[in-house]
Amino acid sequence: MNSARQSATTAAQDEVERFAAQADDWWDETGIFGQLHKINPARITFIRDHLCAHFGRDPMAIDSLKGLTIVDIGCGGGLLTEPMARLGAEVTGLDAAAEGIVAAAAHAREMGLSIDYQTALPEDLAATGRTFDVVLNMEVVEHVADPAAFFAAAGALVRPGGAMVVATLNRTIKSLALAKIGAEYLLRWVPPGTHDWRKFVKPSELARHLRREGFSVVDLKGLVYHPAADEWSLGDDVDVNYLMVAVKD
Amino acid sequence: MAGNLENRHDVLIVGGGFVGGALGCALAGAGLSCLVIDHDDPSAQLDAGFDGRSSAIAAAPRRLLRRLGIWQHVEEKATPIEDIRVADGSSPFFLHYDHTDLGEEPLGHMVENRHLRQAVLASMKTVPRLHHLAPAEAVALDQEGSRVRLTLKDGRTVEAPLVIGCDGRGSWLRSAAEIPLTKWSYEQVGIVCTVRHERSHDNVAHEHFLPSGPFAILPLTDNRSSIVWTEKANLAPALLALPDNAFLEELSWRFGDFLGKLEVTGPRWSYPLSLQFAQRITDRRVALAGDAAQAMHPIAGQGLNLGLRDVAALAEVVVDARRLGLDIGAGKVLDRYASWRRFDSHLMLALTDGLNRLFSNDVAPVRVVRDVGLAAVEHMAPLKAYLMRHAMGEAGNLPRLLKGEAL
Repeated sequence: MNSARQSATTAAQDEVERFAAQADDWWDETGIFGQLHKINPARITFIRDHLCAHFGRDPMAIDSLKGLTIVDIGCGGGLLTEPMARLGAEVTGLDAAAEGIVAAAAHAREMGLSIDYQTALPEDLAATGRTFDVVLNMEVVEHVADPAAFFAAAGALVRPGGAMVVATLNRTIKSLALAKIGAEYLLRWVPPGTHDWRKFVKPSELARHLRREGFSVVDLKGLVYHPAADEWSLGDDVDVNYLMVAVKD
Repeated sequence: MAGNLENRHDVLIVGGGFVGGALGCALAGAGLSCLVIDHDDPSAQLDAGFDGRSSAIAAAPRRLLRRLGIWQHVEEKATPIEDIRVADGSSPFFLHYDHTDLGEEPLGHMVENRHLRQAVLASMKTVPRLHHLAPAEAVALDQEGSRVRLTLKDGRTVEAPLVIGCDGRGSWLRSAAEIPLTKWSYEQVGIVCTVRHERSHDNVAHEHFLPSGPFAILPLTDNRSSIVWTEKANLAPALLALPDNAFLEELSWRFGDFLGKLEVTGPRWSYPLSLQFAQRITDRRVALAGDAAQAMHPIAGQGLNLGLRDVAALAEVVVDARRLGLDIGAGKVLDRYASWRRFDSHLMLALTDGLNRLFSNDVAPVRVVRDVGLAAVEHMAPLKAYLMRHAMGEAGNLPRLLKGEAL
């Protein structure tokens, strides 16, 4: 783990420590990661439907991702990793914070799910030469220190013909108001200091990173919050939270 | 884990009646492995002596039963209700529900419970991944951790991320999860029997509001009707003890002579009437459905329909979550079920309770109000259409199965 941290070219050390301190809270649906639990159905729908379309699967099957190899970068407590495993995928969960990985592995064991959790960075895994059908980059990009190096490592993990799904925050006045000031300070959805707005990434910048690594962008969708229902859904407004899927040529 | 029973499942269902059986068919049909645990031997449940009642199945729940392959087994034995005539005692005002007000579909169908039971059991046998354990009894519930665990009477244990209680009014699971129950007793008894009549009922159901409570005549096959006769609790035992000819006489004057000569076929049954509801229908990795969640006065024939609406909502919420790979026993999933059902079941409970209180009353001013009320409802097309739609199970945000769509 130490060696992983020392080799950390893409993970910002202060960010890693902040998430590690929250390891036990990951699976509390009403706790500090409550919004992530609420976002989960919408973002998994996006991932599942695109992967099923790309790999020719039936999204209505309860094992729709059976046999696909997936690496989940910045997996935290496994909120996304576990659903992928339950849908039948062979999942590797990566996180720079060992405490999160320990919590994630314990939870998966309790749920009876088999997941390969590693305290590692994408460049560590890429160095082994292993490639995967799918790389998930969900709510990670806005926390990394060097986006270009990060996408080089993440892109190398995808096999030709495979896919990458990215979720992140756009850098707009609206996202500054909603995701930074609103979510952190006013609504207290996430602890203050969770996000640094200057690290937020515009869709055009994200697409440029992906194209440079040999990917073609397939779809872009916004994640929209509905205050009355307290629910998130997929929509066309990409000003704050958005999802992008790309396929490696 | 003694014995060869598979220990881990996706869902455990306590109670294998109409609600538990239909829910098992729905969930297992979508690919989840379900274990249905019932304390009654399935073959004993098919005996005519087990349950002499009949049920009114509204249009939307019928679509669910068809989707699950259950309706096909009872279709031939079901009687469509094309008209409902409501009369208030001796009053001249009639409230008349005609299905052509709403379209071509009948208002509902009458099915004898023994036939419906047979149909549910037949469908359960055809669904892979649906395991029916009966007779068997759960005796202990452990909700700790990420799986709920049931201990059976024979010492075996079974576990799953979610356990659903479809075990009726006296639900064991509800008590085991320490969910409080609110209950009113009506001081009324429902006397149930079947009569054969000279003339055809022409697929019309009748509800006579008599001072001691509603008296319902519900059309069955072969010139027969099912009687649900609500009587004051202190008078019922004497009525039930009457010799056959005297019982027939008491029944006949309440029934009227519009279908000719009557004959009681089969035994008389009686059920104490009460309204009850669980103070919450979910708990940690636990959900309740059907009578375990809410049981109402049978006045509007909505008990089973409400139970099947629970099935439709719960099956959709659970299957949607599972298709996203989510933990189906998580609080978020169960909350969605609870909030979806809350409005519907509370409205129905209030409606049937209010109707019963209003009509089980012989005070003159109340009589006048309700006579006028019945006539007023008759002349207010939109309100009547709304009440009818609700009786047919059409109101609210409908789950896919109630629309007749695939889960």
